[in-house]
Amino acid sequence: MTVFHFWRTHTGEFMTLLGQHVLLVGVSTLVAIIAGVPIGMLAARRPRAGAPIVWLANVVQTIPSLAMFGFLLPLPLIGGLGARVAIFVLILYALLPIVRTTTAGLRSIDPVLIEAGTAMGMTPGQLMRQVELPLALPSIVAGIRVAAVIGVGTATIAAAVGAGGFGEYIFRGLSMVDSTVILAGAVPSAILALSIDGALTLLERGLKNFRGSRRTTARVVAAVLVVVFAAVSVVALSSRRSADVIRVGSKNFTEQIILGEILAQTIESRTRLHVERRLNLGGTFICDRAVRAGDIDAYVEYSGTAQTAIFHQPVQTDARQVFAAIKARYAAGGLTLLDPLGFENTFAMLIRADDAVRLNVHTLSEAASVAASWRAGFGYEFLQREDGYPGLARTYGLHFARPPTAMDLSLIYRALAGRQVDFIAGDATSGLIDAYGFTMLEDDRHYFPPYDAAVVARSAVVLAHPELRDALASLSGRVTVADMRRMNRAVDADRADPAAVAREFLAKTLKISR
Amino acid sequence: MTASGATGAIAFRDVHFSRGAQPILRGFSLDIAAGDTLALVGRSGAGKSTILRLINRLLVADAGAVLVEARDTREWNPFELRRRAGYVMQEVGLFPHLTIGENIATVPRLLGWDDSRVQQRVAELLELVGLSANGYSSRRPDQLSGGQRQRVGVARALAADPPILLMDEPFGALDPVTRAEMHREFRRIQERVRKTVVLVTHDMAEAFALATQVGVLSEGVLAVMGEPATVARSNDARVRPLLAPLLEATAVLEPRS
Repeated sequence: MTVFHFWRTHTGEFMTLLGQHVLLVGVSTLVAIIAGVPIGMLAARRPRAGAPIVWLANVVQTIPSLAMFGFLLPLPLIGGLGARVAIFVLILYALLPIVRTTTAGLRSIDPVLIEAGTAMGMTPGQLMRQVELPLALPSIVAGIRVAAVIGVGTATIAAAVGAGGFGEYIFRGLSMVDSTVILAGAVPSAILALSIDGALTLLERGLKNFRGSRRTTARVVAAVLVVVFAAVSVVALSSRRSADVIRVGSKNFTEQIILGEILAQTIESRTRLHVERRLNLGGTFICDRAVRAGDIDAYVEYSGTAQTAIFHQPVQTDARQVFAAIKARYAAGGLTLLDPLGFENTFAMLIRADDAVRLNVHTLSEAASVAASWRAGFGYEFLQREDGYPGLARTYGLHFARPPTAMDLSLIYRALAGRQVDFIAGDATSGLIDAYGFTMLEDDRHYFPPYDAAVVARSAVVLAHPELRDALASLSGRVTVADMRRMNRAVDADRADPAAVAREFLAKTLKISR
Repeated sequence: MTASGATGAIAFRDVHFSRGAQPILRGFSLDIAAGDTLALVGRSGAGKSTILRLINRLLVADAGAVLVEARDTREWNPFELRRRAGYVMQEVGLFPHLTIGENIATVPRLLGWDDSRVQQRVAELLELVGLSANGYSSRRPDQLSGGQRQRVGVARALAADPPILLMDEPFGALDPVTRAEMHREFRRIQERVRKTVVLVTHDMAEAFALATQVGVLSEGVLAVMGEPATVARSNDARVRPLLAPLLEATAVLEPRS
């Protein structure tokens, strides 16, 4: 499927995402201008007062955007999934370039002009409006340009918190390992960045020759403020929720999206509740924050992940003990852990089948003896988590040719197939294992804890809607590893639509139809 | 009204002023009558510019008093005071983002004049400084020559018809031919407008060419003050070095045989 064909078949969705992307960047840049220019003026006038603000804006700039979303999700007012938190983050990123160039523009003004203005009897305010700001304007516009272009890029990350925009396609494409879908989002966002850059360059040039009367300037400022206010109200209103809507979340890989669809469709067919899908959120951290903050009501978590990554408990190998322990911890946090769905998605240590045959390696212990000549590629989470690579390396004495490369989960299978790496950590349920013909190494020392998949739901919502609990409980024990691998393969390798795959599964296995 | 209280009159009373630990003025006193053109001459760093800035309260005296129209500058509203004292600098300081007309109109607009009055005044001033032709009004400062820019600087300083004109080395950056032309222009304009002018320069020739009164500044005090002819004949050791370049030029022009 070519990118053009994809766009033709997704025109409506494309226009919605374009609108969201423009709104995210437009609103955040405008707010950053309204806040950043005065801060820049203050920093230029009083360096001592301005320095901490510039310092803070500098620090903010260094925080990775996904981490920033995670920090802000649980906060009241600005937090929560959706456009609000995304716009807030984008504002923070846009501030620095605008503050910087405002300060630089004001400081670079010839002191003779300041003296001339002062000696003519201008008050500080008149001097600022009639001399300093007009002379600093080209520099300020250059900063706005930088901020807007950075904003277009950063806004793609906003899809991780459900704010929409072209990042939706990029994340979807990454989780489906489908470069067409990635391009469908990446190309228009690049074009958008270039257009904004071009438009503002023209404006910058125009400003050098244009001097509007004060009345025109006032009108323009008023119009801009009205637009910002309208946009902010729209965003604020759109994030209001109704009680009868259940929000189903998922992490950002194929299996999770399919599971999200399975939950959503089950609720839709067995209850009268409406479902809002907030699938493809940016990982365990974001999902956990979101369900605690009430931005999603249910998603599927894995017991071992909850035990170690969420509750920071030591690795345990007994499945029942782990499940009971996290169920209690979830309950204490106002969350209900339902019975396991039936399959386990443990980490799968994968190598190419030809290496397995040639070197006669089938277990992790055997792999340790030949790993010194291999390169490894792991997802960011696996590389960091205590139940991930650090513990694995200790348990088996694994040493690679060089430190493992951190890569996106969705690229990792391709990297192994393409011989960029020789050893990866994938998902045991991934459809790509069969599709690429990889060999899964046996965890012969039982290093990995159990990873039973189970639904985590907000207790308040479950209590308020007993039928919701029944509907979700009907899934317990009904999804096998084979089912999951087949569904993952259908999406990842055969490019099937996750929603259709989920529908087919529910109809066949559970005799559910809509 | 006493002479010192006349519109445009300026007086310094035992003024002390230091920049950091370095004293610039040490008991400086001076009376400038309304309508006089006073040239203050001194070497670089003698404090000439400081004196101008004390008059329009860009600076405030450490001790003593600066009186404008018999009122201490500290009692003036600084913005009102500055709008009554046109200021011409060597660097001119025209606003590059405004046209010539808009530059000239700055102070009248600050004073809230209506549009037609401003337009009329701009036209008058461009005529006064000899730039009425060829739509100079709508040009940008960077489209003018140095001499033309300085004319605009003078026009801008005179725009709201202030009683006082402060000039800081106004023609120092011009070539000698243009400078001589500007000197003639200045005398012609002053003939018509009769402002109280305080002009600082390091060039005694310029002082003689323009001023009705010449003061020589040395060591933070006024060493000599008088009409140009009187100062030219002075035997004061603080004045002679400033006259030396003039005498040398004269010696070349009129060799004694």
